[in-house]
Amino acid sequence: MTKLKSWKELPCGAIIDDPKAVLENKTGAWRSQRPVWNKDRCIHCLTCWIYCPDAAIIVKDGKNQGINYDYCKGCGICASVCPKKVQAITMEQERK
Amino acid sequence: MILAKTGNEALAYAMKQINPDVVAAYPITPSTEIVQIFAGYVNDGLVDSEFVAVESEHSAMAACIGAAACGCRTMTATASQGLALMHEMLFIAGGLRLPIVMPIASRSLSSPLNIHGDHSDSLASRDSGWMQFFCETVQEGYDTLIQAVKIAEKASLPAIVAVDGFILSHCLERIESFEDKKVRDWLGKWKPNWDLLDIKHPILVGPATMQDYYFEFKRSQIEGMNRALPIVEEVQADFAKQFGRGYGVIEEYKTEDAEAVVLLMGSACGTMREAVDALRKQGKKVGMVKLRVYRPLPHPILKQALARFKTVAIMDRADAVNSYGGPLFTEVTSLLYDLPQRPKALAYVYGLGGKEFTPEDGIGVLEQALAGKKDALVTYVGVR
Ligand code: SF4
Ligand code: SF4
Repeated sequence: MTKLKSWKELPCGAIIDDPKAVLENKTGAWRSQRPVWNKDRCIHCLTCWIYCPDAAIIVKDGKNQGINYDYCKGCGICASVCPKKVQAITMEQERK
Repeated sequence: MILAKTGNEALAYAMKQINPDVVAAYPITPSTEIVQIFAGYVNDGLVDSEFVAVESEHSAMAACIGAAACGCRTMTATASQGLALMHEMLFIAGGLRLPIVMPIASRSLSSPLNIHGDHSDSLASRDSGWMQFFCETVQEGYDTLIQAVKIAEKASLPAIVAVDGFILSHCLERIESFEDKKVRDWLGKWKPNWDLLDIKHPILVGPATMQDYYFEFKRSQIEGMNRALPIVEEVQADFAKQFGRGYGVIEEYKTEDAEAVVLLMGSACGTMREAVDALRKQGKKVGMVKLRVYRPLPHPILKQALARFKTVAIMDRADAVNSYGGPLFTEVTSLLYDLPQRPKALAYVYGLGGKEFTPEDGIGVLEQALAGKKDALVTYVGVR
């Protein structure tokens, strides 16, 4: 664990100038529904990637690679924007 | 240039000379005219400001916070319920250390509805991390608003400049104004510590902190306010050098050999000067201490100044409902508590909801202070 700083070492106004610090803050713990991605149905249009508010869609070389459950909070936006004909993402109960 | 201006006009005029980058505002009595007149300046192209008309004071402060986080010199104006509606956003501006500057025409809070002047609004915002300046005259309001911009930016703290509603906001006074260019040159360009829109240096503004860091951040914010007093003094001195008008964080009036003094803030100081003069003519040793800067509270200065009197009557134009005296009284008496020889302190609440406060009322308070006795825990001046 990193050593906690004293109040004298903190930036004015609690500004964090290292935005990737939020990577350490895994926000997926309070998901009640989980999006499940179907690799075979996906046409890699990346609509879900554009819409995901948590940047939880993993993309590599312009292709969807699935969902990062460390950060996905289960809002279901990806499932609702995925083209109806394809329907490559379905929402399921996180704990059955 | 000598001008005849109401408080609102003078504050709007100062805002024109400050030429802030962004003003977001919603109108409320008695401060409406400040932004109304300012909107005219925007319309006439006399300022470069972006004027954001919002749908509430809460949104006004939210927009100001956004603008200030992007490094813009940002202002708004409000009063009373408007300030109360901003309440939660005031804390955010304070915690983010954003130097937003806001004139307010101080006014009572409902209920019952009353649109007239007292300090209930600003004093209820006391703990939000904003500096607070109280002005005696329109001239002082004009000067202080200009100073506040520099103080806020140097201290990384937001600032309220309060003029008493209607008593100052709507009454015409003679003011000496400066040239636009002189004001703008003195203020210089604001160089923010960071800019939310600088995509080359991305930052996170307003993070969540848990038990591990919240208290530490608050502690550093408190230190920011603790360190603001020398900045206030330094900027006021620089202002005096540049423009020839100086103010202390407190001002003593006829206190040299005084035994009893009154401590108060705002326009009633003018009334109190007359009361002091009248009693001085009778050879009575009374005086006044005017407090101009309520936050940062000038601890050492006030303590030293008040320690030498037998009695200090502390007068609040707001009540803290069931407290022992108004906010100013409780703060100043706790400040005096550890003095080896404390002056006697008398608590007065006066002028709520614009209730008239006359030189005769002032004489009454001073005479009681001189006698060193009071009728009650708290004396409510002029209540039937
Ligand atoms: S459910 Fe919401 S958070 Fe999770 S991947 Fe889909 S859009 Fe992103
Ligand atoms: S929106 Fe659907 S089809 Fe498009 S990339 Fe995402 S999962 Fe694949």
